[in-house]
Amino acid sequence: MTPDSSAAPPASSSSLYEAYRVEGAYDEMLAPNGEPRPQYQQLYQTLLELTPEELQRRQQAADLSFLHQGITFTVYSDTQGTERIFPYDLLPRIIASQEWDAIERGLIQRITALNLFLHDIYHGARILADKVVPFDLVYSSKHYRREMRGVDVPHGTYIAVVGTDLIRLPDGRFAVLEDNLRVPSGASYMLTNRQVMKRVFPRLFTHYGVRPLEYYTQALLTALCDLAPGSRADANIVLLSPGVYNSAYFEHTFLARLMGIPLVEGRDLLVHDNAVYMRTTAGLRRVDVIYRRIDDDFVDPLVFRKDSTLGVPGLFNAYRSGTVTLANAIGTGVADDKAIYAYVPQIIAYYLKEDPLLPNVETYQCADGAERAYVLEHLQDLVVKAVGESGGYGMLIGPHSTAEARAEFVRLIQANPRNYIAQPTINLSCCPCFLDGRVEARHVDLRPYILYGRQASILPGGLTRVALRRGSLVVNSSQGGGSKDTWVLTA
Amino acid sequence: MPQWMLSRVADSLYWMSRYLVRADHVARQLDVHLSIVPEQGSAAASGRRVRLLAALLPEEAQCTEVSTDEALADLLTFSLDNDNSIVRCVAAARENARQIREQINSQLWEQINQIHLTVRAASLAQLWEGQPHLFYHGLNQEVYRFLGIADARMSRDQGWHFIQLGCHLERATATARLLDEEFRARGKSPADQSSYLEWVGLLRGCAALEAYGKVYTEVEPRHIADFLLLNPELPHSVHFAVDSIQRALNAIAVATHLGTEVRASRLAGRLHALLAYAQIDEIMETGLDIFLREVRQLCAQIHEAVYLSFVAYPVESRLVG
Repeated sequence: MTPDSSAAPPASSSSLYEAYRVEGAYDEMLAPNGEPRPQYQQLYQTLLELTPEELQRRQQAADLSFLHQGITFTVYSDTQGTERIFPYDLLPRIIASQEWDAIERGLIQRITALNLFLHDIYHGARILADKVVPFDLVYSSKHYRREMRGVDVPHGTYIAVVGTDLIRLPDGRFAVLEDNLRVPSGASYMLTNRQVMKRVFPRLFTHYGVRPLEYYTQALLTALCDLAPGSRADANIVLLSPGVYNSAYFEHTFLARLMGIPLVEGRDLLVHDNAVYMRTTAGLRRVDVIYRRIDDDFVDPLVFRKDSTLGVPGLFNAYRSGTVTLANAIGTGVADDKAIYAYVPQIIAYYLKEDPLLPNVETYQCADGAERAYVLEHLQDLVVKAVGESGGYGMLIGPHSTAEARAEFVRLIQANPRNYIAQPTINLSCCPCFLDGRVEARHVDLRPYILYGRQASILPGGLTRVALRRGSLVVNSSQGGGSKDTWVLTA
Repeated sequence: MPQWMLSRVADSLYWMSRYLVRADHVARQLDVHLSIVPEQGSAAASGRRVRLLAALLPEEAQCTEVSTDEALADLLTFSLDNDNSIVRCVAAARENARQIREQINSQLWEQINQIHLTVRAASLAQLWEGQPHLFYHGLNQEVYRFLGIADARMSRDQGWHFIQLGCHLERATATARLLDEEFRARGKSPADQSSYLEWVGLLRGCAALEAYGKVYTEVEPRHIADFLLLNPELPHSVHFAVDSIQRALNAIAVATHLGTEVRASRLAGRLHALLAYAQIDEIMETGLDIFLREVRQLCAQIHEAVYLSFVAYPVESRLVG
């Protein structure tokens, strides 16, 4: 689509939007009549007033800022074994105020229900007894932890930090693609994107009236503090990182620094008399809350993976006896298992007696014979995902796949049907991005962050991830994705 | 409430500073050496090389011989087999800094990263064909810049004191070893024309030549020993380093609420008394080597005691709350 000729831009800049085209997807910037949507009007106009050279200069300034701050992530399968800058797109994604309010209500509802679900399956398991969710699906999930049965967590909060991935369907509705209830990452990029944006487009930012999100680290600290055993006011809160070789190490240092809490590794902690201590120069200091950025499997070699050197022997026992809080709790991954995902609407209805405000994406369970047959027949049109994976690993995108890859997935699905689900290939909505001196359309999703101490609260905005390759639908940073700042308007 | 600092962080700060100061010391000795040998005969140069290796290789290392200055420079600058080579020391300092990046300010990190990149990019061939002085002197300057940034930017909390501790324990030990080797070689005889360059070299190796000239007018072994050992104002003297060690340990004892009765503080007190109340005539009479051995032993004991008191203490002893 090209802008309406009545809004003809000055001749010198007319090429700016020439390459901007959206087909078969929701266009975040332009309405079907080719006019900018109200929230994009000002950005659209401002870009026309700037020369491409000026825009290029601002993009370079932004890139340089990321480089100097060392804002990087590590790519695992890459044989170069390297740190990369997370690509940053210059143009903000803008969400109107009332659009956001609907998202917020929907997410709070969803997270509240998922939290109740976690409490239930680790206690009475009523929802399984009532056959709302098939019990074998829960008990066969690789993230279900039977060690958590009967364990009470402070305020019943299992998921202190959640990052839920939303997409916008071609009809303009937001839908949930997946929930990340284990150790969601990316909040540091959300915060640094905003920091850089305010430097690069200070006046535009001011005129727009954008809801602030800098208080994220403070809110996170408050949520963690709320979860301290016995609500100790002087709680010692630490961030547990796998260490310098982890892909998200930058984020760990970033958050620890801004919260002013110690960044610890497993070797800094020990358990004595069922209490957790950190080894300091002044002696052993009791630890009350651990914001852990390592997976369940590695937390405690005595209970989970024996070969883990990242965790702390005895930690799980201390946790179970309530002397220390882990955020997120152990065993939350069962609720973001992609096979359980399909049941979230029923989960919401069961606990809250409400209709879900945010829809799911249609999902086929390969564990179900009929649905599996459909999936195997329509691989070319579907997206297939391994249920326990995240980060874009273990995934087949039918329309962009080779015959070989499809054959491989037929084999994988037949060998272990429980491990796979499929969804229709959805054209994610498109946002304007500044690429090679022009504005082009690229597919995006949105990951808002939900914090849950005593109650759920949501940061206005989140991480908008961009599939930077033309036509690509994969937004994960490990697979060539980038990100951009997300503006939620005040009015 | 005590100041809580992770033991691992304290340990990394200590080693970061220690390794960097060690690289600085090695670079200074090589710079001095390469400026002296062109004026010496081959026998004297060979003797120098032996002494330098004895003063700079790890104490537990086997005696190594090198037959040329190029081989000496290689061993002390680039060798990966020598734990104390400049390349190894700088890499170790950087690795320690990397593990605690969120603890040091970004300028400090960038400076240590810069030193690492410069050293890694250098090669023996390039160095030898060009001007070695520029490389070694340049490294000294960059380490000074690092220490300067730390001085200007860091809060005087425990972290700062662990950096000071590492720096001055390293300097005290290094100066003591150097003095030992030089005085054993020619300490008994008065300075003459042929040894003049060597004595001046020792002063330069301790960054003390100009300061010495302000106090003494002639180059005299006894004065040099007095100056490098007992002068409380010279930053590279043993006495100065020991004062700094004691200050750092006292500050750490206060911050951690462990009190100055911990073993490391007692040892530092003893070492301090040794330097503060000794007289050079008595030292020379009983034997400088005996005195220096005691200094080095106490330094090694302090190092161990710091590790055992603050980093690797037995758990049962330290359940604070």
